[in-house]
Amino acid sequence: MEIRNASVLITGGSRGLGRALAKALAREGARVVLVARGAEELNTAVDEIRNEGGEAYGIAADIGDKNFIYPIAGEAAALAGPVDILIQNASTLGPVPLRLLLDTDCEDLQRAWDVNLAGPFRLARAIVGSMALRGRGIMISITSDAAIEAYAGWGAYSVTKAAIDHLTRIFAAELRDTGVRFFSIDPGDMDTQMHADAVPNADPATLGKPDDIAPRILGIIRGAEHFPNGARMAATEVEVLK
Amino acid sequence: MISSTGPRTEREAARLLVLHGKEATFQDAVITDLPDLLQPADVLIVNDAATLPASLFAKSPSDAPLEVRLLHHLGGSDWKAVVLGSGDWRTPTELREAPERLPPGSMLRISKDFTAEVIGFGGFGDGSGRLITLRFSRHGVDMWTGIYAYGRPIQYSYLKSDLALWSVQTAYASRPWAVEMPSAGHPLTWRILLELKSRGIGLAWLTHAAGVSATGDESLDARLPFTERFEIPQSAMDAIQKARLTGGRVIAVGTTVVRALEGCSAKNGGRLIAGAGETDLIIGPGFRRTVVDGILTGLHDPEQSHFQLLRAFADEGILRRSWQYATENNYVCHEFGDLCLIIE
Repeated sequence: MEIRNASVLITGGSRGLGRALAKALAREGARVVLVARGAEELNTAVDEIRNEGGEAYGIAADIGDKNFIYPIAGEAAALAGPVDILIQNASTLGPVPLRLLLDTDCEDLQRAWDVNLAGPFRLARAIVGSMALRGRGIMISITSDAAIEAYAGWGAYSVTKAAIDHLTRIFAAELRDTGVRFFSIDPGDMDTQMHADAVPNADPATLGKPDDIAPRILGIIRGAEHFPNGARMAATEVEVLK
Repeated sequence: MISSTGPRTEREAARLLVLHGKEATFQDAVITDLPDLLQPADVLIVNDAATLPASLFAKSPSDAPLEVRLLHHLGGSDWKAVVLGSGDWRTPTELREAPERLPPGSMLRISKDFTAEVIGFGGFGDGSGRLITLRFSRHGVDMWTGIYAYGRPIQYSYLKSDLALWSVQTAYASRPWAVEMPSAGHPLTWRILLELKSRGIGLAWLTHAAGVSATGDESLDARLPFTERFEIPQSAMDAIQKARLTGGRVIAVGTTVVRALEGCSAKNGGRLIAGAGETDLIIGPGFRRTVVDGILTGLHDPEQSHFQLLRAFADEGILRRSWQYATENNYVCHEFGDLCLIIE
C-alpha cells in the first residue's frame, strides 16, 4: 500500500515502537494520528513529528475504555481522513513485576483483556467497516512471541496476545474479498519501557531498537499485497520492500 | 404507527416493506431479503458519514440553560447551529422552550475550558433567532476532542433511554459529517453487505452531511432539509456508470444519498461530477430523477417532509396505502424502525 497521503491511526503512539512507527510513517508523507493515555508524552511525540515537517495529531484516550472508541475513530477521520492503516500497538503487560497466573488478580487479567483485546476489537469494529466499503486498508496487530510460547509469569499478557493473533486471522478470513489486509507482527524483544518493566535486568545491547524495527514494518505495509492475508510475521525475519 | 423506542439489539430483525412503484403493489419482506430483491447489475449506494455527538449543553451569558445542536461545519472552528431552550430530549423538540436571543458576541459556556462565541445570526431564511453561527474557543484536534467529550448524539423524544454514540453509527461509518444518523443504513450488517457483493450487486459509497430533523420552530422546520454538503468519489461515479451500461438500477440507501446524487446532478445540468459540493435541493412530487432509480428508506409519515421526497419515487396513492398497511401490520417507524424499499 502507498504510504504517502495515507491516513494512519496508531494506538500506543507516544513511546516505544508506536512512536517510532508514527515518525517513520510521517516522514514518508502519511498523516498520522497518535493515541495514548498520557497527554504530555503524546504532545511531545506529536511536536517531534511536526518539527520535522510531518502531519500529526494526538488524541489522549484509553483504548481499554469503551467510551473512548468512537471518539477516537471519529476524531481521527475528521482530522486525517478515513483511516487507511490501523496499527493496534497499545498494550499492557498486566501487573509488574510479572507473576504467575495463580497469583494474578482477576481484575488485572480483565484490564489486560480490555486494553490488549477488547479495545482493539472495538476499534476495528469502528474503523474496518469503512475500509471494507472503500475496498482498501490494512490493520496491523502488534503481537509477541509470548502469544505462542508459554512463558511462566507472562500469563495475562500472553493470553491476550494469543487472542489478538486469532482475532486478526478471523478478520482476514471473514473479509478476505474486500481488499482489506490483516497482519499480526511480532517486533521481537525491543529496548522499550515495557520490556524494562517486564525484564528489568535485560541487557539493552541485546535488544532491538524501535527505530530499527519501524522501517521493517513500513516495508510490510508497502508490500502488503505480497503477504498472505491474516499472516503472523516476525518483523526481523520478513524480507521487506524498501 | 408503532414507534421504535431505541436501537435494535439485532439489526437484521428489521422488516422491509417492498413497494413496486410502477405496478403500484407492495409486499412484506425482511432486511436480510435485500440480496434477493436486487439484481446483479444493480448498485446500492450508502452514505458513509459517521454521526457526530452534535448536541451540546451550554449556559447562555445570563446563565440560562441551552442546547446547541450543530448543523453544518463551516471550516476551522466555525459551525452553523440551532439553539433550543431549557429541557431535554424527553420533551418533543417542538414543545421545548424557545432560547433567549443570542446576539453576536454572546459567549456560550459548555465547560470551564470549552466555550463558543456567537459570531453571526440566521441563514437558511431564519427569522426566529434560533439559528446562529458560532466559533468554538478550541481549534483543530482540541475542538474535536471538546465536541466528543461534551457532545452527545441528538436524542429523540420517543426513546426509552439515552442514545450512546456507538448506537448511532452504521457498520461502515467513517468521517463524522452527519449530525443525525443516516438511519436507513443502520440495519445493514456486513453479512448482508458481503452477500450483496458475492452476488455481483454493486456496493458504492458517498459522504453526505445528514442534517437535523427538527429545530423546534415550525417555520424553520418547514424549510428542512437545510443546505447540506456532500462528497461523491470517482468510485461511486464508476459504479453508477457500470450499472447504467449493464441495465442495472441505482438504489440509494436513505434520503441523504438521493439528495447528494440528485443535488449534484441538478447543479450540473443533469450530469454527475465527482468531488465535494453542497445542495439546497428539496425533492418532492413531480421531481424528475436523473440518477437514482430506487430507495431503501425508513417508513415515513405522510405528514413528514421525507414523505414528500418519496413522492418522487411513487405516487401518493400507493405511498399512503402502504403507510396504512404498515400501520395495520405493526411495522415500526422512526430512526431505529423498519424500512421500505421502493423500486420501479
